[in-house]
Amino acid sequence: MENLILEYIGTKKNEITSEWMEKMRSRTDERALRLVSDDMFERTSGEFVELMISNLKESKEEFNNRLTDFAEKVVRLGWPLHFVIEGLQTFSKILWEGMLRQGEVHEGNQMDVIYAFDRWLSPLQNEVVDNYSRTWERTVSLQKIALQELSAPLIPVFDGITVMPLVGTIDTERAKQIMENLLTGVVKHRSEVVLIDITGVPVVDTMVAHHIIQAAEAVRLVGAKCMLCGIRPEIAQTIVNLGINLNQFTTQNTLKKGIETALEMTNCKIVKVEGAN
Amino acid sequence: MGNQSCVKILNEWDIVAARQLGRNVAKELGFGTVDQARITTAISELARNIYLYAGQGQICIEKIYDGGKAGLKIIAADNGPGINDIRQVMEDGFSTSGGLGAGLPGVKRLMDEFDIDSSPGSGTDIIATKWLR
Repeated sequence: MENLILEYIGTKKNEITSEWMEKMRSRTDERALRLVSDDMFERTSGEFVELMISNLKESKEEFNNRLTDFAEKVVRLGWPLHFVIEGLQTFSKILWEGMLRQGEVHEGNQMDVIYAFDRWLSPLQNEVVDNYSRTWERTVSLQKIALQELSAPLIPVFDGITVMPLVGTIDTERAKQIMENLLTGVVKHRSEVVLIDITGVPVVDTMVAHHIIQAAEAVRLVGAKCMLCGIRPEIAQTIVNLGINLNQFTTQNTLKKGIETALEMTNCKIVKVEGAN
Repeated sequence: MGNQSCVKILNEWDIVAARQLGRNVAKELGFGTVDQARITTAISELARNIYLYAGQGQICIEKIYDGGKAGLKIIAADNGPGINDIRQVMEDGFSTSGGLGAGLPGVKRLMDEFDIDSSPGSGTDIIATKWLR
């Protein structure tokens, strides 16, 4: 039955290709068209049809090998997934209608042809979806690792003074890391004062505040003091509105002022060298 | 309704999505930075409550116009376990999860209008509004 389809494609390849491109262009919504430029569309759709056909030509064993290959190539074309799936569906529809018109498909072999289509196209679709999702999963997990790497660094700036700048959203995962890094760092660097800078934290809600308060309490237990700086005016207002009590904190609006205060607390001072210009 | 957009809260990162939506709408309406921060914080609290207590739910942000006034309405809805004693959760410092217990009373102070509807077993609906001044 596969041969029947193959023969038909062999004789009508150009017509099928152009009809497919025509249909895809008229069918795609605006979103997909913006993502796929005209020039790229011309170039890659030829390749796509070529791939579809070559897939059918191969023997059963090679078919499976080619499948992965095909899916990888399609992913590399960079099309949106729904566009590729629609492409596959359109392709089979054109083929089916064409064969019906030619009389290749008649009532006698109708079911057989349908099954042959299914044997050919279902694995293709599955493999493509599988490949796409694997690519995404990879990206997501890589980004997660990248995010973790810049999660909560602790930077020693002076003797006994360390700074932890926080940037971005704080979720439960990060809150845990902040706590761990803070405590191990305080012990390791023998810090007396730790400054937590929240200039880069977009929203301070009760959860974030709660985590910071807990971290500060833990820091106090290991014998250091915690200072909160980088509180922007709008954040200060929301903290007051929320009724969060930060009384046990020394707070400063900038990291600069925070470090000055920290120096005072450790009985240090930065002085200009006299005579230098 | 063209004035309403919603975010489903299914995991922790959806809280960020809801917040972002709220901030964008607040910006569009012309709220200042302080009110933007208030609105995003309120959304953050409500979305986190959904995530923590109900598991899943929805946050909708709506632009509203009343006479010459414009405002932003947050609708937080879930089908979670509901709240036993609403008066109790509106008290500062009450929390069943070891948190600060400032969430709901905080949201009430952050926003201009606040309405809560909940009973055990039938989920919780919270509507909070901020008017543009």
